[in-house]
Amino acid sequence: MADQKKKAGRITRKEAVAILKKADLLELGQAADELRSRLHPEGIVTFVVDRNINYTNVCINRCTFCAFWRKEDAPDAYILNEAELFTKIDETISLGGTQILIQGGLHPHLGLDYYVRLLSSIKDRYDINIHGFSPPEICYIADSADITVREALAILKDAGLDSVPGGGAEILSDRVREIVSPRKIRSSRWLKVMEEAHRLGMRTTATMMFGSIETPEDIVEHLDAVRDLQDRTGGFTAFIPWSFQPGNTELGKRERRKGAGTKKSKKAGPAASYGATAVEYLRVLALSRIYLDNIRNVQASWVTQGLKLAQVALRFGANDFGSTMIEENVVASTGVSYSVSMDDIINAIRSSGFAPCQRDTLYRIVRRF
Amino acid sequence: MLARIRNKVLSGRRLSADDALSLFESDDIFSIGSLAAYACGKKNGRKAFFIRNRHINPTNICINRCKFCAFSRSAGQEGAYELTVDEIITKLKPYCGGKGRQPGITEVHIVGGLHPEWTFGHYLEIISSIRKHFPGLHIKAFTAVEIDHFSRISGLGLEGTLKALRKAGLGTMPGGGAEIFASGVRTELCPEKISGARWLEVMEAAHAVGIRTNATMLYGHIESHEDRVDHLMRLRDMQDRTGGFQAFIPLAYHPKNTRIQGGYTSGIDDLRTIAVSRLVLDNFDHIKAYWIMLGEKISQLSLCFGADDIDGTIIEEKITRSAGGLTAGHLAADQLAHLIRKAGRTPVERDSYYKKVRVYG
Repeated sequence: MADQKKKAGRITRKEAVAILKKADLLELGQAADELRSRLHPEGIVTFVVDRNINYTNVCINRCTFCAFWRKEDAPDAYILNEAELFTKIDETISLGGTQILIQGGLHPHLGLDYYVRLLSSIKDRYDINIHGFSPPEICYIADSADITVREALAILKDAGLDSVPGGGAEILSDRVREIVSPRKIRSSRWLKVMEEAHRLGMRTTATMMFGSIETPEDIVEHLDAVRDLQDRTGGFTAFIPWSFQPGNTELGKRERRKGAGTKKSKKAGPAASYGATAVEYLRVLALSRIYLDNIRNVQASWVTQGLKLAQVALRFGANDFGSTMIEENVVASTGVSYSVSMDDIINAIRSSGFAPCQRDTLYRIVRRF
Repeated sequence: MLARIRNKVLSGRRLSADDALSLFESDDIFSIGSLAAYACGKKNGRKAFFIRNRHINPTNICINRCKFCAFSRSAGQEGAYELTVDEIITKLKPYCGGKGRQPGITEVHIVGGLHPEWTFGHYLEIISSIRKHFPGLHIKAFTAVEIDHFSRISGLGLEGTLKALRKAGLGTMPGGGAEIFASGVRTELCPEKISGARWLEVMEAAHAVGIRTNATMLYGHIESHEDRVDHLMRLRDMQDRTGGFQAFIPLAYHPKNTRIQGGYTSGIDDLRTIAVSRLVLDNFDHIKAYWIMLGEKISQLSLCFGADDIDGTIIEEKITRSAGGLTAGHLAADQLAHLIRKAGRTPVERDSYYKKVRVYG
């Protein structure tokens, strides 16, 4: 595999599909591990101290893989008020946090003004990085104000938005999006938002949610789209693959029903109703490290995989442990919740043979332990 | 170093204690893992096993006070419990087949505390009642620690005790209570518990009367790599003599609610320990990645690092759960088969002697 890479410079889509389907897991892991240690020879594994603040759970997209969204009239629908918001930020700062991740549903009655006020009210009071609004939200804000994505981004940036999280990418294949999130923006728009953000000087991350109904080809299409954009802009700081968590989701239920009806088939078993297994997660993670030769950081996802598998991920291509997640609501709503403190994260990194370091949004070291 | 070990493994030669130690201290989990996967393939081909089973822990009242245990209680202490024989039968009934039910379990796994008042007759009654109610169900019961206790309260000696249990219906024995054999560690961890030498003696007696058993090692607490190697070597020596061990099961220490400082083992150490066990214990047919303790994710990965068994459906588990277990208590047979299949292996539902019950496509 390493030879192929040398010859061709970088691996092709075809090679990547073959790797996903056939490569020996340990050979693949070793190749990714070698790349990781070449890119990060210091033996450091970083993490950021932040909290996910979800300003509302009301969302018109109602994606089938999501357990977080509510209708506007649901009894547990909410919009966060300022006092709650500031309390959350105070707590974050007192815990050494450098960033807040602000994301929420596409609420039918929140417009550009709300977002501008939200950002500037935070920046008026706090010196903290605002990592906010994934591309579906940015598009929704732009569309409802009848302005371009670029204009919306410029206004939000001006109001205090520092960087954009890579959520909402799911699988950047419209075939898959049509099935799992028909109301969500298409791949091309997701990529467009990121391109505009990069051109405005904002750094962003890119994510991928796999383990639902996609094929290996869809995964590679996603990786290729991200690599291609990164070639043009260089604006992605990190790639974050995570796996679909089927609990409490429409898609999970749908797949379970299908599975129940296909008992006779040889491959019986509602694969997507279980989500991706550990082997599949590491395969995708390792391939991501190899394929995305122009993105410096790859995150392990303890939030979806648990600490032990996240530790193993550090030898399968990941060099970053993501966030301490002082608060996390979206994955938790699928019933998956690992109770993890900052000390747990530090110990987990250390016992994997790496030096734990707190970083900021731009991957600069803030604190060593 | 690894090249030498690789040559030994490929040519079927036995690893030394020094080899084992250098494997535990190596960072090259990929080479160790693939070598272990090779060794596993030679013994088991592409097959990986699971079983439909249910755990029963008859009581958590225990005269021992092992520091790593969060399960045990004293009589009368809050949370102490004891199941009656009827309650045990009631717990098993829904899982033992019958009209309109899922295919039943094939094995019940019974381990519990050393109850200060229960007589040997009571333990025999547990076994014989299960046998009477569910004649087709295999009974795997009692660790060497419990057998030693029974031999003292019954006055029958080891052989007499084991024979009486076998007559009542006991089929095989689990491998618990081995912890780490090294006496320094044992004195610190579990001073009241039988010694490593006695644990081995009980197992040898069980093998002598025809009872097959498993063996375990509790790792990731205060032991050194040398202690782990010593543990594996002593098991390998005994297996050479008796051949009575079926599976070796490394158990990852869980720190919550115990009296030992320290955290969870790392996923990397878990996988390495599975792999080293596979390479060192060349006379054991099976290495089990017990998903209750490793989590289903690491357990599945273990199948790529030398393991060939991920245990079973379990249904209800109390001991690991008390110490901060990170998994659910139950996995459906289809789910276990799915994990195995996604690791590139062929799922085989086994019985208590690793005979095929059903191959999953």
